[in-house]
Amino acid sequence: MTRITELPTTEYVLPGNRACAGCGIGIALRAITKALDGKMVMTVPASCLTVLGGMYPTSSVNVPWINVAFPSTAAAAAGAAAGLRAMGKADDMTVLAMAGDGGTGDIGIQALSGAAERNDDFIYLCYDNEAYMNTGTQRSGLTPHGARTTTTWAGKRENPKDLPRIMEAHNIPYVASTSAAYPTDVYDKVLKARDIRGLRYIHMNTPCPSGWSFDPKDTVRLGKLAVDCGIVVLYEVEGGVFHLTGRSAALAKAGKPLTPVAEYVATQGRFKSMTAESIAEVQSWVDERWTGYLERERTGK
Amino acid sequence: MTTRVITGNEAAAIAAKLARVQVIAAYPITPQSPVVETLSAWVESGELPAEFVTVESEHSALTVCITASTVGARVFTATSANGLAYMNEQVWWAAGARLPIVMCIANRAMAAPWNVLNDQQDSMSERDAGWVQLYCRDNQEILDTTVQAYRIAERLNVPVMVCYDGFLLSHTVMPVDVPSAEQIDAFLPPRTDPLQLVDANDPRNIGPVTLADPRTDADGVARPGYMEFRALHHGALLEALEVIPEVDAEYASAVGRACGGLTWEYQLGDADVGLVAAGSLTTQLTLAVESLRAEGVRVGVLGIRAYRPFPAAELRSRLAGKRLAVVFDKALSYGYEGPIAADLKAALHSAEKPPVVFGCICGLGGRDVSPKDLAGAARRAIADADAGVRERKPDWINVRPEGGAR
Repeated sequence: MTRITELPTTEYVLPGNRACAGCGIGIALRAITKALDGKMVMTVPASCLTVLGGMYPTSSVNVPWINVAFPSTAAAAAGAAAGLRAMGKADDMTVLAMAGDGGTGDIGIQALSGAAERNDDFIYLCYDNEAYMNTGTQRSGLTPHGARTTTTWAGKRENPKDLPRIMEAHNIPYVASTSAAYPTDVYDKVLKARDIRGLRYIHMNTPCPSGWSFDPKDTVRLGKLAVDCGIVVLYEVEGGVFHLTGRSAALAKAGKPLTPVAEYVATQGRFKSMTAESIAEVQSWVDERWTGYLERERTGK
Repeated sequence: MTTRVITGNEAAAIAAKLARVQVIAAYPITPQSPVVETLSAWVESGELPAEFVTVESEHSALTVCITASTVGARVFTATSANGLAYMNEQVWWAAGARLPIVMCIANRAMAAPWNVLNDQQDSMSERDAGWVQLYCRDNQEILDTTVQAYRIAERLNVPVMVCYDGFLLSHTVMPVDVPSAEQIDAFLPPRTDPLQLVDANDPRNIGPVTLADPRTDADGVARPGYMEFRALHHGALLEALEVIPEVDAEYASAVGRACGGLTWEYQLGDADVGLVAAGSLTTQLTLAVESLRAEGVRVGVLGIRAYRPFPAAELRSRLAGKRLAVVFDKALSYGYEGPIAADLKAALHSAEKPPVVFGCICGLGGRDVSPKDLAGAARRAIADADAGVRERKPDWINVRPEGGAR
């Protein structure tokens, strides 16, 4: 595992951008672009990432970046990959599709599923900040149970869909779950994905101070807490073989109980209308999933 | 050059191959499907060295073309009706991103209710999206126009729709002269000089948020705002009024055959009534003209090849001195009238002694329109004009009372 001091020093995310203070995307994007050494072309739909990228004629990133329509991120990456291949330039750059949870799991899932079934040659990275943050915090299919959004004022009633599992079901060569709070984990997974051909899917939990209602200084702390609670689990599925990575692997190895979900819930304004009962519901959902992950870790399946 | 008896869809596929397209993406829809089935077979056999992306929807088909074109490839897709409507967001994107994409449209009626047969409502509904739209009157024009479309698109950095009537042309065989690869290579060089640059050594942020007003870049140079980009795009479409006939002339020198540039006419010179339409209907109209002329009625055909940009000046000039223009639309702006009729009226507004313009709606959902029907509609229009009528609701050709319509 790469240590933070070992990350390349070249920066592709320029100083100063339009992302909110404490945005998890900014932390991760530095690691992602370093892993690809800037030899990449991104497809980016309407999202927080568009805002981070800057307004014409200025840009906050030093890599080729194609803005695309909301539902089209994966198909756009497929097109860029096909175009580069047709022109004999496919070896020069990695195609990276990068979209939020709504852009991936809701409006973008059709194009993504098509590209995954075809095993098109690009990395798809979903930064999951758990709602439509760029449009003002509306619920998405990946918003967690209990979270208040501007379309679920009393708290969302449903659990989020498990996108990495959906992607696994496409039998693509690489699926990973990571967190923006662990930039070296992000770096290592993108680095590994870079050298695999076909569709590689990376799901990245991305704390959002404005949408989740917490102090911007706590982005990394909350991202790590989510992992400690088992709400976010770091893992890889390589060629169909499952294994936990980083902090999640360490937690599994230690065999101690996870941090209670209630501690995580208490840190964010979005959960303030949750009752003890609904927190208990989420806790049992998390426990059940964690048991499942431990079983997968044991069997590798 | 060899002569082959082929469908319109085969003519489109052959044209894409002759254009040496590098990336093809398409989703099946009747009556377009045979175009991409044919191309897919050629890509599989190695006869056409291109990437073929079998996307899961039309939205993704045009998306793949958009980004493949952005990185510099020559791309092709084709669709019809609801497929085009499903692409709508990307139709605008392709144009706004100024990409030289060529898309064939086998024109088909829009649902609901389902109907797979021909009219032109699908592409006419996209007229404002910033694409060049060319309509073909026969299979030869489908081949020639599709090849020409790449020249036009790549000269102006605008996408081009090549529209041809579903089934009437897409599935009907006709003799078509197929140019040799050498002839087309001489006419259409490989795509160079893309507007956008995708290069890790010179990175660009392509198509970011753009405000209404110009802003200065890091070097202090003022760059266009959204509205300036729109004005530039409009300028390119207006420039197409010059480029389309130029490209047609270049094609004529390379291949020995032209399509008529923006518009063309048949026996219109001495006529005092012009029959106006786009697509295969114009071929029908030439037959209607034969029978009307036999009765001593001086009519001619004015065929519209370029619908966008709209060749207003050329139409004014071709209709100068006529007393009546009868427009046959296979599409409708509901609550108003046929799109060509409406546009022609606007174009003639500034003419000295403009002709009266009467519109007709015909052929919706594949309703058969014979030359006899067209001649009948022309006679009714002439009678109305003779009676001093200057404004009239569209004449719905062959709408039958027993069907509940009046």
